[in-house]
Amino acid sequence: MQTVKVAGKNNKHHVLLYAISTCGWCKRAKKFLNENEIEYEYIDVDLCSSEDRNKIRQDIQTRGGPLAYPTVIIDNKILLTGAPQDKLREVLEL
Amino acid sequence: MTTIENTRKRAENDAKTNGYYLASDQELLKDLLEGLHKNEQRYGYPSCPCRLASGKLELDRDIICPCDYRDPDVNDYGQCYCGLYVTKEIYDKKKSAKPIPERRPLEKQGRAYTISTEQTAESAKTAIKKTPEIQTKLWYCKQCGYVCFREDPPYVCPICKAKREMFAELDVTTQVREKIS
Ligand code: SF4
Repeated sequence: MQTVKVAGKNNKHHVLLYAISTCGWCKRAKKFLNENEIEYEYIDVDLCSSEDRNKIRQDIQTRGGPLAYPTVIIDNKILLTGAPQDKLREVLEL
Repeated sequence: MTTIENTRKRAENDAKTNGYYLASDQELLKDLLEGLHKNEQRYGYPSCPCRLASGKLELDRDIICPCDYRDPDVNDYGQCYCGLYVTKEIYDKKKSAKPIPERRPLEKQGRAYTISTEQTAESAKTAIKKTPEIQTKLWYCKQCGYVCFREDPPYVCPICKAKREMFAELDVTTQVREKIS
């Protein structure tokens, strides 16, 4: 999958963000991660290939999440739909 | 070619007509209007900025802004899925807009994934094969007579605001009469 990697000082956790390029909440999630200097990778689902789209769909659904964006997956095990900031702070130990 | 200002005006007018407000958070509002504008440019219609579109009008009809789900969501949560349209209470910041559950049925969401986005002949062929069948029907509002041609009846009648239950399928038979000359 073609993800964009964003460097950050805080790389304690592996953070993967599935987003839509036009979505306000997804932009907010990216801003939150940037402001907190979290290292993460993201992919804009509306701009990727159909093959990647389907991989993302499968990934979210096998983890039991709804097909909604933003979806954040932390350390390959915790899925957070909507990227709620209080939950992100808790899991990322901010 | 629409401009971002047109997008804003359209949303403002629509909010006014329905007694809604636009997001008070100016940054979120700007992002959502830009998203709508971008979708209108790339797909030819302003599909929901926070949902994955297929790029095919007939598959995305329910998520063209204002989407089918706006009115029931504003009713239940005080805001639409994106938070673009809100109630006065949320606008006045007594409550803040937040992500809410997706009301769009899963089988409709899935359509954006089966459609191929690549332009190669081979993938276009498979995309056509994979395009789900859609049954469009005529629906009429029993309260005001409004008629529309779509997959499901709207949640709320755009003319008289009657609920979905007031819609019934319209059965029409057309007859071609031979011209008598
Ligand atoms: S959720 Fe809101 S912004 Fe998105 S299409 Fe519906 S009404 Fe428009």
